[in-house]
Amino acid sequence: MTAPFAPAVPPLSIAGFTLQSRLVTGTGKYRDYETMQRALDVSGCDAVTVAVRRERLVDAQGRSLLDFLDLARYTILPNTAGCFSAEDAIRVSRLGREILDSVDNPGKHWVKLEVLGDRKTLLPDPVGTLEACRELVKDGFTVLCYSSDDPIMAVRLRDAGAASVMPAGSPIGSGRGIANPANIALILELLKDPAAGGDAAYPVIVDAGVGTPSDVTLAMELGADGVLLNTGIAHAKDPVRMAHAMKLALDSGYHGARSGRIERKLHASASSPWQGSIASTVIPGE
Amino acid sequence: MNSDEIEITLNGAPTQVPVGTNVAELVTRILPNARAYAVEVNRSVLSRREHAERTVKHGDVIEVVTLVGGG
Repeated sequence: MTAPFAPAVPPLSIAGFTLQSRLVTGTGKYRDYETMQRALDVSGCDAVTVAVRRERLVDAQGRSLLDFLDLARYTILPNTAGCFSAEDAIRVSRLGREILDSVDNPGKHWVKLEVLGDRKTLLPDPVGTLEACRELVKDGFTVLCYSSDDPIMAVRLRDAGAASVMPAGSPIGSGRGIANPANIALILELLKDPAAGGDAAYPVIVDAGVGTPSDVTLAMELGADGVLLNTGIAHAKDPVRMAHAMKLALDSGYHGARSGRIERKLHASASSPWQGSIASTVIPGE
Repeated sequence: MNSDEIEITLNGAPTQVPVGTNVAELVTRILPNARAYAVEVNRSVLSRREHAERTVKHGDVIEVVTLVGGG
């Protein structure tokens, strides 16, 4: 009997953080905390995003998010969602650091930076994002930077000191998947290909827009190092099963990207031999 | 507002607090069971060790924030 073939997906390293799972999941929009807790567990993630908001403390039953997040298991990645200026994003980053310091979670050293430019599309404001990134790097943060899928912007953010650039597949929560695979491919080339001035070890994570497991697979097949998603799991009819599917999809894409896919061709290439066929060689229309 | 009270803005709402209240007392009063939170006073983070030392002043804008679900 041959040994089972089960190559592992190796951990992802981001400026001192080691993620065992390359799937980073959000904690928003779940119908209840129990579903979130189970979905996070099934997804296999070890880093989860959270938001910083005015203290209201509890849900309708008097419970808070942290009652359902094992802080010894998960590295908490606070985001700056909802900020429309660099100044506010910097304030929120510092508050997130202070909160995580109080519970001694390693996430206190990093932030998922989002500076938004528009409420309807939630597209990032590139100028504000760059400004905030520079300031936060100066302040000692490990900045994981949400960006559009613009390749030049990705380079500018990397040069500003972002520990990871996280281009959007499509607008946040839209479920449109990877809207422009060519742009993601260009970002990956510019940031990761040494021949293009990149570094193979520089982490690029596709963030936002993922609707279905095949979106995750495509991101990984393109060569992304990981995927960050929230709505695609939280708003699925069965979030726990979808979390499982997303995990499998990520592994599939990771291995697919390293298996050397066949070329795309205009014409067919028969898988069964012509030789020995008993079929007539007369082809209608020829 | 009584003369022994001052007015601050707490999480966006006008709030009266007794003169001499410090930030630690303010947080304990409004959030007796709070575990993970941070405080910003006039747009600067106030570290946990400074909460008991910083007396709330009339006109202070104070934000008390925590973590919620997000993406």
